[in-house]
Amino acid sequence: MLDVVSTVLLDVSHVSQSYQKGSGETGPPILQDVSLTLKEGEIVGLLGRSGCGKSTLLRIISGLARPTEGAVSFYGQPVTGPYDGTAMVFQSFALFPWLSVLDNVEIGLRAHGAPAAETRKRAIAAIDVIGLDGFESAYPKELSGGMRQRVGFARALVVQPKILLMDEPFSALDVLTAETLRTDLLDLWSEGRMPTKSILMVTHNIEEAVLMCDRVLVLASNPGRIAAEIQVPLIHPRNRLDPEFRQLVDKIYALMTQRPDPKPAGREGGVPGMGLGMALPRVSTNSLAGLLEELAAPPYNGRADLPHLADSLQLEIDDLFPLGETLQLLRFAEFEEADIKLTPAGKRFVDMDVDQRKKLFGDHLLAYVPLAARIKRVLDERPSHRAPATRFREEIEDYMSEDYAERTLRAIINLGRYGELFAYDENAQAFSLENPQ
Amino acid sequence: MSRLTNIASVGRRALPNHWDVLAFLAIMAALVSVVRGYHGMVVPLPGPDEPVIDLDYWNLPYYALRTTLRMFAALIASLVFTFTYATLAAKSRRAEMVLIPVLDILQSVPILGFLSFTVTFFLGLFPGSVLGAECAAVFVIFTSQAWNMAFSFYQSLRTVPRDLDEVSRGFRLTGWQKFWQLEAPFALPGLIWNMMISMSGGWFMIVFSEAITVGDTTVTLPGVGSYIAKANEQGRWDAIFAAVVTMALVILAYDQLFFRPIVAWAGKFRVELSASQTGERSWVLDVLQRTQWIRLGFRPVFNMLRSASLLQIGMPPSWSKRPAASPTASRLIDIVWIVVIVAVAVWALWSVVTYIGTELSLNDVWDVILLTLYTLLRVIVLMALATVVWVPISVWIGLRPRIAERVQPLAQFLAAFPVNLLFGAAVSLVLVFHLNPDIWLSILIVFGTQWYIVFNVIAGATAFPNDLREATANFRIHGWDWWRRVILPGILPYYFTGAITASGGSWNASIVAEYVKWKDQTVSAHGVGAYIAQATEKGDFPKIVLGVAVMSIFVAIFNRLFWRQLYAYAERRLRL
Repeated sequence: MLDVVSTVLLDVSHVSQSYQKGSGETGPPILQDVSLTLKEGEIVGLLGRSGCGKSTLLRIISGLARPTEGAVSFYGQPVTGPYDGTAMVFQSFALFPWLSVLDNVEIGLRAHGAPAAETRKRAIAAIDVIGLDGFESAYPKELSGGMRQRVGFARALVVQPKILLMDEPFSALDVLTAETLRTDLLDLWSEGRMPTKSILMVTHNIEEAVLMCDRVLVLASNPGRIAAEIQVPLIHPRNRLDPEFRQLVDKIYALMTQRPDPKPAGREGGVPGMGLGMALPRVSTNSLAGLLEELAAPPYNGRADLPHLADSLQLEIDDLFPLGETLQLLRFAEFEEADIKLTPAGKRFVDMDVDQRKKLFGDHLLAYVPLAARIKRVLDERPSHRAPATRFREEIEDYMSEDYAERTLRAIINLGRYGELFAYDENAQAFSLENPQ
Repeated sequence: MSRLTNIASVGRRALPNHWDVLAFLAIMAALVSVVRGYHGMVVPLPGPDEPVIDLDYWNLPYYALRTTLRMFAALIASLVFTFTYATLAAKSRRAEMVLIPVLDILQSVPILGFLSFTVTFFLGLFPGSVLGAECAAVFVIFTSQAWNMAFSFYQSLRTVPRDLDEVSRGFRLTGWQKFWQLEAPFALPGLIWNMMISMSGGWFMIVFSEAITVGDTTVTLPGVGSYIAKANEQGRWDAIFAAVVTMALVILAYDQLFFRPIVAWAGKFRVELSASQTGERSWVLDVLQRTQWIRLGFRPVFNMLRSASLLQIGMPPSWSKRPAASPTASRLIDIVWIVVIVAVAVWALWSVVTYIGTELSLNDVWDVILLTLYTLLRVIVLMALATVVWVPISVWIGLRPRIAERVQPLAQFLAAFPVNLLFGAAVSLVLVFHLNPDIWLSILIVFGTQWYIVFNVIAGATAFPNDLREATANFRIHGWDWWRRVILPGILPYYFTGAITASGGSWNASIVAEYVKWKDQTVSAHGVGAYIAQATEKGDFPKIVLGVAVMSIFVAIFNRLFWRQLYAYAERRLRL
């Protein structure tokens, strides 16, 4: 915050993490060569889409998970397991339902044998600071989401952590509650009423990151890596309508929708992201059509500002980006800076009737999604016109983790059914050309 | 301000209230009963001719007390077993490879068949004291509960919510602390539910195990079960009736005074954080929670337990010091481990075969297999009959919430009731009317277990979504179409849950139901159950081993090839 040379609290150097396959071998990477430092007095955001490994990174930093490669050090000491000095706030609150608010807050202290009287005093103080007075004897079940998360904060702060780790702490709350909690937390932080020297927060909400953080690290997916670092020089309290604020939001949107560099497709390259190794998100074809119609209609008339669109459609980036990317992949729309705009094909799609839409969709799917083309070709070539799903699953698992492969397969089944390219029999787990009679 | 609170109100709050009086009396009564019952357990074994059981009605409360205490003893033993066995299985991968399949087998073994072994064993352990016989009876009940409970606990330990696990690791709770703060509380609701469900099996077992004859040894323990046995022997209808009433009262009291409060209390350990809690209520728990002094008196106890649960025993979590064992080394250890397990299994099989082989030939094996097929046929036919009769009735009840509300507790009560109390009486009818035992004894097999189907199907029909009902009414789907396409798929997962329990119980019941005594007469049907029962009576151990082994294999195969497949299918496709 200030222009003094701050101590480095935490140093993450060249951390990689891979999936452990059932057989014990290491699978595809989740995180690749991530390095970052955390200094006193700053709030740092880890911003990324679901599945980019940001939560995994947070768990490595807290000592809950062990990296496959690289190291984490806290005040220069290597981290070899959970340690004093950090405390985590969870997206799901993670409160013990059988403990009262007070007992929940006390648990971290009592576990280390702190005397009961002192524990009680500190817990009451923490409850007081976080605004939970009067709820001490309540059980989590009796509380609203916002109050539960306050318990989560009190429980973390009572152990006086040097670093407060937050894993999407506001994303399970409604908009109003989340905003109150953010403001309260920022007030505590800027008034110096927290024992904490630094905060590291994971989020997928771009505005939240710009609102709260001094520095935002943008993570890219598959494998997770730091794609960009953005300083947020605004002073607290920040105004979401401030042009500088908007500019930063736009900038991050543009960063996150950038197309990956085109690489040669196919097995030889083994590059995830393109060709058969293209990981597809699971999106609903109704939402795709809906988004195209929304874009075509006024006020957008074929071109929309992403932050504005997300806001007006009440979509999180984890909903909006997969839709936009699928449209971009199918050449129905494309990202441009922080905008999304319809292509001519997209405009034609909007004007068509149902059958024509499906035909066009199928054509584009075949032309631009290699996996769809592959499945179709295999089905065409086989005399039985049938092929088991495992055949394709194994093929794409060369490029991505099992989870991603499963999701990609589900996605292609959905898209292919809509485009009437092929049918899929869930019981037999097989693709075929013909629909059941 | 607290200092200035007026004295009258402090005084009133400090005084015991009327709930205290109630609870105090109840606690005292419970203590006295335990002491009285305990004295009866450590007396020397009565001589063979001394009558243990007196059919005087006034003895029944004492007998009921003894039976109940046995039940509690078994419950405690099952809990200890659960906490150790299931925890070990959940924490160690290599232990899991052995312990879980063993548990799976134990679940399908008809435990009644083992009675002869355990009785001999425990009588040898405490020669000359009733304690040996008591232990044997308790062990039988234990075997009817422990496997279920251990399974439930193991499954809970494997599904501890990830975020709560991370919280406890993040705060560096030691193994001991984590177990009592997180794992045990999380597993509690499931465990208690399973305890309650296996209770009905427990009553069945206890009635049977109180009066048993193994070869020359006859054990009679004071209890409701042996009272009935004696009443059967003498053909006293009035005594049977009195015992049945007593048993019903005991089960009712057990449910109201013990299980309801615990289930209601365990509600707070459920993890789903939904605000709408339509949980179980219990008037006993309400009384206890409204007391002043009793609560105050128990507070130090609770505080002590809490401190004990937070003792820093064990190590906080940390990454292992040495780099993770290389996959090849780890796999090598696995292979060695598997070889050891297989070797032990082969040795066990070989010793069983040679033991049976000392006396029995291959022909005996074929005979037993044939007898098991008879029993299998009996179980299948009777299950089918029970299904055809009860499913439509239960669906009818379940779709009418007001009737279901009343019938449901009754069905659960009937499922818990040890029907073997009535077997003697039922057989007297077979004798009077000269009926074919092969057919009419079969009915006894599903006598007690059919209720599982009833209450599960009622639950399923009650839970059937209202919008689907409205849709079917709207599209005017009637008759067979309605059964086939609407309601049967809707209740199938529930039906299977009930049918699996019922089927398991039926196999067990066959040992009792295919071989029944009334006065001095014995009625038996052809089946492996009668085979085992006869062998037990004669103390013919190789035959018992053979019978139990063949029956276990059949049950295990039947479960695996039939019920589990169906259940998995229903879960996958039909769960709403």
